[in-house]
This record gives sequence, C-alpha cells and structure tokens, in this order.
Amino acid sequence: MAQIIDMPKLSDTMTVGTLVKWLKKEGDAVKSGAMLAEIETDKATMELECFFDGTLLKIYAPAGSQIAVGAPLCAVGKTGEVVPDVPAPTAPKPVLKDDATPAATATPATPAPAKLPAQAPVAAPAAHPEIPSTPGQRIRITPLAKKLAAEKGVDPARVQGTGPSGRIVRADVIAAATGAAAPKAQISNSKSQTSSGAFVPTASAFAKGPIQEEKTVAVSNVRGIIAKRLLESKTQIPHFYLNIEIDAGPLLELRQQLNTALEKSGVKLSVNDFILKGSAEALRRVPTVNCSWEGAPSTGSGQASVRQHSAAHVSFAVAIDDGLITPVVRDAHLKTVFAISDEAKSLAKRAKDKKLAPNDFTGGTFCVSNLGMMGIESFSAIINPPNAAILAVGTTVKKPVVKNDQIVIGQTMMLTLSVDHRVVDGAVGAQFLAALKQLLESPSLLLI
Amino acid sequence: MSNKTSASPTKQAAAPAAGTAQSHLAPINANLTPEAKIGLYRTMVRIRRFEERSLRAYQAKKIGGFLHLYIGQEAVAVGCCSLMGKHDHVITAYRDHGHAIAVGMDMKPLMAEVYGKVTGCSKGKGGSMHYFDPKRNFWGGHGIVGGQIPLGVGLAYGVKYKGHKGSAMAFMGDGAVNQGAVHESYNLAALWNLPVVFVIENNGYSMGTSQERSSAGFGLAERGRAYGMAWGVCNGHDLYDVRATMDKFLTLAREESKPSIVEIDTYRYRGHSVADPDKTYRTRDEIEDYQKNKDPITLFQKALLAEGILTEASVGEIDTEARAEAEQATEFAEASPFPTADDLQKDVYWEVDNPDQKTSQGRIFFDR
Amino acid sequence: MPLITYREAIRHALSEEIERDPNVVVMGEEVAQFNGAYKVTEGMLAKYGPTRIVDTPISEAGFIGMGVGASMLGVRPVMELMFWSFYSVAFDQILNNAANVRYMSGGQINCPIVIRGPANGGTNVGATHSHTPENVLANHPGVKVVVPSTAYDAKGLLKTAIRDNDPVMFLENTILYGEKGEVPTEEYLIPLGKADVKRQGTDLTIVTYGRSVLHSLKAAEILEKEHGRSVEVVDLRTIRPLDIDTVLASVAKTHRVLIVEEQKPFASVGSQIAYMIQREAFDELDGPIHRLTTVDSPAIYSPPVEIEQLPNPNRVLKAALEALA
Repeated sequence: MAQIIDMPKLSDTMTVGTLVKWLKKEGDAVKSGAMLAEIETDKATMELECFFDGTLLKIYAPAGSQIAVGAPLCAVGKTGEVVPDVPAPTAPKPVLKDDATPAATATPATPAPAKLPAQAPVAAPAAHPEIPSTPGQRIRITPLAKKLAAEKGVDPARVQGTGPSGRIVRADVIAAATGAAAPKAQISNSKSQTSSGAFVPTASAFAKGPIQEEKTVAVSNVRGIIAKRLLESKTQIPHFYLNIEIDAGPLLELRQQLNTALEKSGVKLSVNDFILKGSAEALRRVPTVNCSWEGAPSTGSGQASVRQHSAAHVSFAVAIDDGLITPVVRDAHLKTVFAISDEAKSLAKRAKDKKLAPNDFTGGTFCVSNLGMMGIESFSAIINPPNAAILAVGTTVKKPVVKNDQIVIGQTMMLTLSVDHRVVDGAVGAQFLAALKQLLESPSLLLI
Repeated sequence: MSNKTSASPTKQAAAPAAGTAQSHLAPINANLTPEAKIGLYRTMVRIRRFEERSLRAYQAKKIGGFLHLYIGQEAVAVGCCSLMGKHDHVITAYRDHGHAIAVGMDMKPLMAEVYGKVTGCSKGKGGSMHYFDPKRNFWGGHGIVGGQIPLGVGLAYGVKYKGHKGSAMAFMGDGAVNQGAVHESYNLAALWNLPVVFVIENNGYSMGTSQERSSAGFGLAERGRAYGMAWGVCNGHDLYDVRATMDKFLTLAREESKPSIVEIDTYRYRGHSVADPDKTYRTRDEIEDYQKNKDPITLFQKALLAEGILTEASVGEIDTEARAEAEQATEFAEASPFPTADDLQKDVYWEVDNPDQKTSQGRIFFDR
Repeated sequence: MPLITYREAIRHALSEEIERDPNVVVMGEEVAQFNGAYKVTEGMLAKYGPTRIVDTPISEAGFIGMGVGASMLGVRPVMELMFWSFYSVAFDQILNNAANVRYMSGGQINCPIVIRGPANGGTNVGATHSHTPENVLANHPGVKVVVPSTAYDAKGLLKTAIRDNDPVMFLENTILYGEKGEVPTEEYLIPLGKADVKRQGTDLTIVTYGRSVLHSLKAAEILEKEHGRSVEVVDLRTIRPLDIDTVLASVAKTHRVLIVEEQKPFASVGSQIAYMIQREAFDELDGPIHRLTTVDSPAIYSPPVEIEQLPNPNRVLKAALEALA
C-alpha cells in the first residue's frame, strides 16, 4: 500500500513549511534516505527525507506552496499502484492539545486558527459579592477594619478614620462600635482657642500679642477630607461659571405672606427653602444638569459615561465646626416647599449636632450653597462631586431697578452656577438658570 | 592514526577508513567471543534504528523541543560503554541516546521519554536531552554544554572516596572544550588524581562552527598536557580502535587513579539538532564521504564479515530485529499515557517524594 | 548553657556530623590548611585529616559541580563558598545541576549536598562581595534555603541540612560569626521550615531572618521603651521550605506587618512573604504590609554610608513606626 508522506515537523517551532522545490518527480524511483524535496521552515531550508523504498507516485503539493505540518505532500508506493487524487487528511491525531492545527489539504495553508488553551476551562470565578457602590465614594478602610465593621454592624461610612489618609483602622471601628468617638484632638484644640482670653472685651482689639500661636496643627479628618475632595474637584473638573440676577421682590413678598399667615402652624419658610424647591423644579425642567460624570471604567477600554439621575436629590451646604457638610433633601422634586423646609431645618440641626447618618449627606445630585445670610452678594462655589453643578446664592440687595419703565427700589439676588463642562454646556446651564429665575420670580409656581 | 593529532583539524582531510591495523588484535578485542562481537554490532544497529524511528516521530509532531541525533557516532558510545565494570560510571551531554542504549537501557522507556510519556525513563520530565539510569551507572543526559563535566569529576571523586576500583567517563563534544567548567574540571581531576576519563567526541563541529573556527591550539586532547594529564586520540569510526584506546585510559584510571583526556574522531550525519540546517557549514559531499567510507556500522560489519562472525543473512536479521524493536518501542510510547498535572511537583524534592521520612516542615511549593 | 559564637556553633555542627557520618566531607577554598578564611573550620584539618577537610583551588564552578556529582553517588559534601557572592560563577552547577537533576531524571537521583558560606553586606567589601542570593536560590524548586540568625539556630539547622537528602543552600553572615549565643552541649536538631518567634508582641509583626533579626530585636526594644508599642519578631530561619503558618498566626494577632531583610527590594524574599500574607490573611490586615530592605543600589564601599544602606535598628524603628501608623 502506498505511503502518504506528510509535511514533517522539521523544527521545534514549525507549524507551516514552504515546499521550495521537488528534487524528484512523479514516476522516479526513490529509496529510504533519499531526499525528495527542499522545505523551508521558520529556521532553515531543510530536506524532505524519504523513509520508504518505492516510486514517487503522486505529488500533492506544488513547489512554492505553503503546507501545514501533517498535511500530505506526496505518495510513495509500488509502480502502477493507484493512489487517490486528493488523499484524506492523514495528519496524526494531535498529541498536544494546544497544537491541534487541523490537517489541511494540499492547497496553500492558512495560518492555524487561534489556539484553544490546553487546560480544561476552569469554572469562572463567582462575581465578587461586594463591589464598591459608587466611584468617588470609596471609603478607605483596612481589610481587618472592614471585616470587623461587618461583624459589629458598624457602617464604615459613619466612622472617621484615624489612619494614614483618613483610612479607617481597627481601633476606629471598635471605638464606633462602643460609642466612643475616635480621638479628635483637632476639635478640642479649636475649642480651647475660643475659650482662651482672646475675645474678652477688656483686651484691646489691637493687642500686640500674636494673632495665634505659631505652630503646625494636624488637621481634622473632616478638614482633610474637604481639602482632598475639593482639591480633586477644582483640579479635575473643568469648571465654568454662569451668573444671573433675579428680582427677589416677589419671593420675599410671598415668603412674608406665608410666614405671617401660617405662623400659628409653625411654618417659617426661609429664602433658601424656596431656592431648594426652585432648584428641584428647574432640574426637572432641565434634567441634563441632574447628571454625574462617571468617566471611563477603571478596567478595559470602555467609553466614558454620564449617569442620569431620575430624582432630584438636592443638597445644601451647612457650616459645622471646622468644616462643612452637605445634607440632602431627597426627592425634592416630589416635595412641597413646606416639606422641604421642615426637612432642611431638621437636617441642618442634626448636621450641627453631628448626628447626621451617612444616608443624610450622601447621594445628592445637585447642591446649593447659600452665603446670603452672611451678606455675600455673589460668589462661585466649587462643585461637590459627583454633581454636575452647584448653585451659589448671594444675599438680597436693595437697589434701583426698572419696573414698568419706572426706576424703583427693587430687591435683587445674584445666583452663580458652577458647572462641570464635561456634562453640561453653557447653553444648557443658561437654560437651567433661566428656568430657576422664572420660578423664583414667579414663586407661586413653587406652591403648586 | 587520526587527523586530530596534527594541526589540521578540518574534516575534509582524509581520515583512515579504519583504525590501526593492530587495534583488533589488542587483547581487549582479541579476547572477545564471537557472541560479544555480534552484541557490539547489534547495539550500534539498534542505536541507529532507534534514532531513525525517533526522527520520523519528530517529523510527525510526536516529539517536542529538540532532537540531537547521534547517527554516525555509534562506535564511540558502544565502544566506551562496552568496557564498563561495576564501578565505572558514565555521564554525557544532550546527544545521549547512543550512550543510553549502549549502557543497556531498554528502547521502550527511551522512546516513551521523547514522546513525553509517563512511562519514559525520566517519566516524561527530562526529554531527549535528559536520559538517566543510575542503576546502570548512567548519570545523564545534560543540557548545558560542558556543564556535566564537573559532575563527572564528582563521580570520579565519589568512586575514589568510597574506595572503589572504578572510573568515570565524562563525555563531551568538541564544542564543550572551550567552556570554563571543563578546564576547571581538568585541573581538579589532575590535581587530585581522580579516576576520570574525559572523552571528547570530536565530530568536527560545535553546532555549526568547525573546530578550526572555535578552538585554538593543536588538538583538543593535547590540552591535557598543560594539566600534566595523560591524553590520547583514536578513530571513532572503528569500534576496535575505540575499545583498544579507551581500555588503556580506563585501566589508568582504575589501577592508578589517574585522569586522562581522550579525543575520539567521529562524525555526525545529521544537523546539530534535527531542526537545524545542515548545509550552511559543510557540504553534502563531505557528509556522503563519511557515510560511504567511514560509517562505523558498515566498517564493523565488514570486519565481522571478514572474520566470518557475521553473514549477510545475520546482518539482515539483526537489522530487521532492530527495526522491529524500534517499532515496538514506538508503539509502546504511543500507547502510554502522558504524565498528569499532578506529576508536576513530584520528583522535585527527595523529601516530598518520601513523606514517611520527612524531617522538615513548612511550605515547599508556592503556587498558592 | 555555654555561650559560644555563631562561628563555633557552625564548627561544632560540622565536626559532629563528620564524626557521625563517614560520607560527610568539608570542602572549599582555604578551609583546611589556612583554617578557614573566616576561621569557621579552624583546627578541623588537624583533627579530621585531609580526606575529610579538603582545600580546593579557586574554582567554584569546578568544585561545586564536583560536589554535586559526588553527592549523586552518596557522598555528603559540605561545600564552603568563601562568599556566597561567588555563587554566580557556579550558577550552572548549583541551579541547573543540583536543583534540576532529580526532576530531569524522574526522581532517580538526589543530591545530598550542602553549600554554605556568608552572604551579607556591612563589612565594606563592595558590590561584588555583598550579594544576598537567598531569593534567587529559593526561586529554584529543588533546592532548600536556610539563613540562620543565632549560634543556636546555626548549629541546629546546619546539622539538619547535612542530614537532608536534598541540596541545601546555607547562608551565613560574616558579622554574625562573632556573635555569641547560648548553645547546649547535648545534641539537638532544628527542623528546616520552622520559624522561631524571637520576641512576643501584640501591635506589630516584624517578619525577618538572618542578621536583620538582631536589628529588629533592637528596634523592638526601643519601640517598647520609648513608644509603648509591643512588637513581635518572627525569625523565618528557613526561606524554603517556608513556615508561613507562624507568620500568619502572628499577623492574626497583631494585624500589622513589617518585613525586614538584607535584600534588594525587587522580587526579594519579602516580596514573596508580602504576597502570601495579603493572599492568606487579607482580612487580618489593619494596614498595608511594610517592608524594609537594603537601599536599592549595588553595595557601596564607603563605610558610614553602607551602614545606612543596610537595615539597621534605626531604619527598622522608623519603618516600624510607619507600619504602626
């Protein structure tokens, strides 16, 4: 029976060989050890050796063709023996699983398909059960502290870390679990300053002594977090600013009426309550501002994304000891100004008392910062990530305004919107401010 | 007797077609029984058929990596190893198939080893370059050129330390002689009178670089002179000459505990490894000249035919048997299982393999 | 217990094993007639003769390889490298031959050889003589690696290493040679792969070995006296096999880790330990794993600067305080 001679593996790395030329032709007698053809491998040009005695009956691979290892090149047998025109692939069963190049016919070989891993597939690892909730809100906590917190039912978000970079360590969790606050030397420090004699009236306002003691003071964790987050915000978010002046007369008037009429019900609305309600309504009208930049995924090459928030959770800045915090009025777009007022008062009080739960100051989608009560006419705020914008509210100012072509004394207020240009462009920001202006100048709309 | 004694190292120089006219008369040969002579012939044929079969398996993608064939050099391993006694040891480099068969290893585990099968002589962990059989005093099969030579000196040291009358044959190619470890070994062996014979199988080319392009000086064995060592050369195409020469130096080692260097002139027909080109550094004519005129098997066959020990019929019979044996070894290798991933970490530490005698603690593998 | 030096402890181990087993041979450059470059083998030639105590030429690849070959036949050579730094010229013999021959032979061969000598900086001998190759050695399955820190450990571990049937790399320290410690007169062995808690503590675990153990113990004392911190010092003693369980138990107790080693930082022994701790004791960690190594440059000659290049009690103290933060 004729022997089919396959493309031999002639080097340790060879998968395909080029048949350079045949040294024998069909009909030639050949014997074991004779050289049949020249084959070029990835390493060298080698000779195809015959291991059989007989006649070269058939050449399957023409000179110049590229043939996969194991594919037939020619047939050798007895003269007159019939051999198939195109033999069935005779490639040996692959011995190495990852080398399973399918035997090709004598047509030029194509590169082997992508190889399968030699090992049986391993079961995909189970999805990690705890994926950090939202980027930007990652809590620095040691593995041990995290485990302890879970065991003791302590919410890490409520624990102030005392480790490097505010990292929550084991001691912090234990302190939180037992009710003892983590040591906060900085806070007691500031208290001792206020209780010092600096402000006793008998002392000269222009006393010659030092303004304060010359020393370096470690900042509190709150201060550290504020510093870090605002630095990130101001350096990483492309801020731009839009100003608009509104006529605050109608708003002040409505507020006066309501507070007088409903005094017995305990209603005491602030200007800020209307701003919060107005902001929520303006967000409903221009929802692009109620979004967050989420950037590109940390792994892979996925595209950047922006998250649209379905609800307006409006936060507002509250000054506290050695810092500030931004409690959130959730679903403000669904709440009346009265409800917002009650909630904001409660949140502000709890903020000053340091009794906010993490849920109270996280998850806002828009922020309002109001320095009007401090007499500031206008200012630009730094965006509170991951919000796309923050509204800075100035004080109401009496000044001449033109009304019905008459110059009258009007009450105006400056609103400044700081905007993340990655999410919101100028025109959209302007639409938002225009909507807010309309709402605040026709404040009865906010009572609907 | 060999072109290697002169300063003319090229292989083109005509080498004698056979050894000295006297070598077959040396007692070590003259005293051989006809059966023993046939045995030597048979071993050479078996080596060649084994390797030819392994080449086919390589080309059929059954064998990974490298395959360094010994074809053409058979008389060296067979001649040397046929002289081994109980306390004589052998170590060689990666062209080790011939030595393995010459010391008596069975073809089946040898073929299974190149197939990477668990039934291989090294359980599929060593491959073609790493055949071992310490029970037959065969210490490998080593991959780094010249790296085995200090081990060979150590074997000789062990023989001497234990008070045995024996020797170590440390085989290397002509490419190894310029490695530092080889010269360090020469020095130690000569300094301490260790019973080692350094055997240089000079096939003319260190991979593809001819001796004249790689080695300075007048001869490879002659370097022994610098170390005050006995040295000699012989014709590796002539089995009788290999035996006669090696017998002298092995006796020197066993009886006087003296080292020596023996350079054996030989030739390989195949590339350095079968994957390497063959005609970039030598001509087809050169190879064919050796095959036609100096083939060790043909020459010994002629000698035994002339001596009336072999007949045309027995030559054919021996050849058929050798081919069948190689075929059976291949079938055995084909049918054998591969080692499993569980075998990866066996045979790394003696202690792990002998847990009942374990004395150390702690973790020894670090996958986790 | 008598106080003897680390050097004497090694000599006692060699002597006892030579007397116990006729296959044990001590070899190396200047070990016999010269009495040892660092006097470890002082007096042994006179006592045991030139068959057991053998001077070799300066020829590390040759004589180490010879020892490997002899060990395959059952001789138990204890080869001295005058400095472990010279391992590089015998690399092929140690890490191709001794480490691999058992595997490549399918378990037919084993090499009961010990290669020993000092591997340390701190004596102003420059970059070529100050290598600490324990990480390189331990990266090769097939060899065992031991780095003793005290006279007691050195003796007990060396005796075990000589009896071990695998190749054991035994890394000593020229500065420790003169350090005294209590060593019992009666025979004892210390198993390979068993760490030793050299000091108990609750706030921080220092994982260390070799001379760095001494620095760590000094720093631990200062930390207790001046900072009120309680430090546990775990001496690995053996790098491969590795007693990771003792390390993990200590981490579970203190939750803070500092690794101190006289290695260059990149892919050091400490890198491996740190990997294993985070992998197996992640939830026990109350801070990142810290590491103190030799400063990452070739060993400097300049004596005062070399002190600062290597771990020292002051550097350990600083690193420990950071790890405790």
